[in-house]
Amino acid sequence: MQLHPPARIGLHPFAQIGLHRLWQALLVALVVGTLTFFLLRLLPGDMAFRIAASRYGYDLVSAAAAESVRAELGLDRPMFLALLSWWRDLMQLNLGNSLVSGEPVLHELAHELGNTLQLAGVALLLSAVIGVPLGMLAGSRPGGVIDRVTLALAVLLRALPPFVLGLVLIVVFAVQVSVLPAAGHGAPSHIVLPALTLALPLAALSCRVARDAMVSVGQSAYFAFALTKGLSQRQALLRHGLRNVGVPVVAYLGVQMVVLVEGVVIVETLFAWPGIGHALVHAIFGRDVPMIQGTALAMGLLFVLFNALIDVACHTIDPRRKATS
Amino acid sequence: MRTSLIRRRCLLAAMALIGAQAFAQTTSQIPKAADTPSTAVLRIVGPWEISGLEPASAGYLFARMRVTETLIDADDSGRALPGLASRWEASSDGLRWRFELRASARFHDGTSVAADHVAQMLRRAASRPGVLANAPIKLISAEAGAVVVQLNKPFAALPALLSHSSTMVLAPSSFDAKGGVARIIGSGPFRITSLDPPQRFEVSAFDRYDGALPLIQNASYLSVSRAETRALMVEAAQVEIAFGLDPASLERLRKSSRVRVESVTIPRTMILKLNAGHRWLADVRAREAISLALNRAGIARALLRDPALTANQLFPPTLAGWHVPTLPPLRMDVVRARELWSELGWQRGRDGIFERNGERLSFTLRTFPDRPELPLVVAAIQEQLRQSGVQIRVAIGNSGDIPLRHRDGSLELALAARQYGLVPDPIGTLLQDFGTKGGDWGAMHWKNGSLQTALNELSSLPPTATDAERMKLRAFIAQVLHEELPVIPVAWYRQTAAVSPRIDGMTIDPLERSYRIDRMRWASPAPRER
Repeated sequence: MQLHPPARIGLHPFAQIGLHRLWQALLVALVVGTLTFFLLRLLPGDMAFRIAASRYGYDLVSAAAAESVRAELGLDRPMFLALLSWWRDLMQLNLGNSLVSGEPVLHELAHELGNTLQLAGVALLLSAVIGVPLGMLAGSRPGGVIDRVTLALAVLLRALPPFVLGLVLIVVFAVQVSVLPAAGHGAPSHIVLPALTLALPLAALSCRVARDAMVSVGQSAYFAFALTKGLSQRQALLRHGLRNVGVPVVAYLGVQMVVLVEGVVIVETLFAWPGIGHALVHAIFGRDVPMIQGTALAMGLLFVLFNALIDVACHTIDPRRKATS
Repeated sequence: MRTSLIRRRCLLAAMALIGAQAFAQTTSQIPKAADTPSTAVLRIVGPWEISGLEPASAGYLFARMRVTETLIDADDSGRALPGLASRWEASSDGLRWRFELRASARFHDGTSVAADHVAQMLRRAASRPGVLANAPIKLISAEAGAVVVQLNKPFAALPALLSHSSTMVLAPSSFDAKGGVARIIGSGPFRITSLDPPQRFEVSAFDRYDGALPLIQNASYLSVSRAETRALMVEAAQVEIAFGLDPASLERLRKSSRVRVESVTIPRTMILKLNAGHRWLADVRAREAISLALNRAGIARALLRDPALTANQLFPPTLAGWHVPTLPPLRMDVVRARELWSELGWQRGRDGIFERNGERLSFTLRTFPDRPELPLVVAAIQEQLRQSGVQIRVAIGNSGDIPLRHRDGSLELALAARQYGLVPDPIGTLLQDFGTKGGDWGAMHWKNGSLQTALNELSSLPPTATDAERMKLRAFIAQVLHEELPVIPVAWYRQTAAVSPRIDGMTIDPLERSYRIDRMRWASPAPRER
């Protein structure tokens, strides 16, 4: 779906990106918020009982507990009224309180979003550090040993579900070699394995993209010219190669964000990382409607934000875009 | 040649970056055995999340970590022990109970535990969902150094209810202006040093505790939702104790030299709850036919991987006084099961499923995934009942669906795990489950006058009653439930934990009330850190 900002003439390109994405973010917020609202109402079962089950645990959930939840939260309101008040709250940025813990959703999200951003950021960085140099190495000699080995590794890493990859990493690095903690949160070392679980499949793809870009750079006329005019291989690569390799790699990262946002749900659960994905899974189990709406919203907006950052990065790397836009 | 140089540099740079990252991260690894006991942290992982600060929500976690106390404590067999109340007595008619408070008890903020505040906490607990709401309480009041509970009718299980975590006593400073719980300030041997819901909290010994001071100074609890992760964490020596392990991980850990596995049978039973008001299940022979079709030994051996968990009656041996060894064990006899259905007028159809008047003998069986073994056992039961000629449709949903469908009458069969030791004396749970209206997690549309009489008689026995009188009533109740099968027992439970050899003195509380961290100590000499 192509979405256009209301106005896009005579603005700085970054402002254009910002406007475009802001417009997109508003739409995402409205669509995600409304969709989750209806999907949750359509689920079978009774909300009051489910919320009571999460609050008091399966040993204490009873009709009495459910009735007290229903009365407290006004769950017997008509759906239409509930939707209207949800929209109104959304416009005021009031996401309500978690039905299970009673804490404001915004407060919980802020806490979890920070953890997820940290994990996603480290994962992206790791994937770039692992994938791009390897890809460039492979591309500098297409068909060589490194090219073939990285191809095989990339296929393997993409084929492994993140859950399995995570368990393999725990077994190797936490149980066998015992250099890293298996799961948890707190010390900086806790981030390595979950970030690696997310980063390796990402690195697999950026490695291949970087490799192809490197091959095409290596075969290009401007690279040959740079070498002909007397630049060393290293200088030619730094001055003329890197940027050209960078554009497709960074642009492709935007597509990869789906993998990252999806992966966060599984990886955070496996590694007990207290982020948005972890919170979403638990909120769904507990039918914690405001929490589900809040986390889904945050993930949707996260997606928009990442894409905006990628746009900015592409503009920075490739000045030709400034001229065309 | 130049390309190879670049290649080597790229490779080196990549390796250096990864190496530096890994090194920087690992230097901050968690306490080593060499740490002095005062800084070492006993780390516990379990599946339970801190879903809220209300005593009825996640209060049990603070109780287990010995941060909070209840008026009454309990030993392994469920016998009442002094808690915040140092002694208690009931009037001869059993209507007035007086709980004398431990005079030296202090909250972690330094204030003393005042009787009028305790009375207020109990009134609060009684007015909210939780065990106390089921007691026939007339009035809770305070007098000098004691709390007085007046009842509408005698209720012998009152001390047991007052040991449940939903009746814990928090300091007045725990509450915000609206009366909600804002922080956890208890009176136990440990105080909270950091609280990070829904995942973790840390505790340190409270040096002004008026009882025996704990030997371990610091501990932490972390909620990790996947059982595989918890098992790997204890195996990797990242934590000292892991609770709630899946059967496959347990088998592996039992063979491991890095941890030892502790276990204890707990008063929880996996039951098949059924709607005795259903037109096909009202006859006791129908319920017996379902019971006879179950291969309990197979479920215990293959799915729970512990043959000792075969439930041959409702109450497990750990519920002393309720488990009756002389009851004839529940058995499996598929041929007899089919005969019983035939006696009820059913005939086997072409695919082996019974039919009557053009209707197939088919039920919906509901369960929930919070306890990971339940969906597995449901699949086994589905197949076992099919072999006896009963078709089962499986519906896996939320645990709340079962009480909901109990109330609206649409429940047919449900598989659940019922904790009979929710409070140390199961009578409170039994009154709820098998009372006149049935219970959300017990009988449904099933009545038995003599059982009612026995339950009421037992719950209102005066405190002076002899053990023999109690035992007689308990045995009678167990027998009626065994013969009438208002719920069908499937398996018993065992609580297991994997423990690091660095910890001595670890035992598991069969009532799941405490992790007993105040009784553990660091092993000495400390084993060599790997």
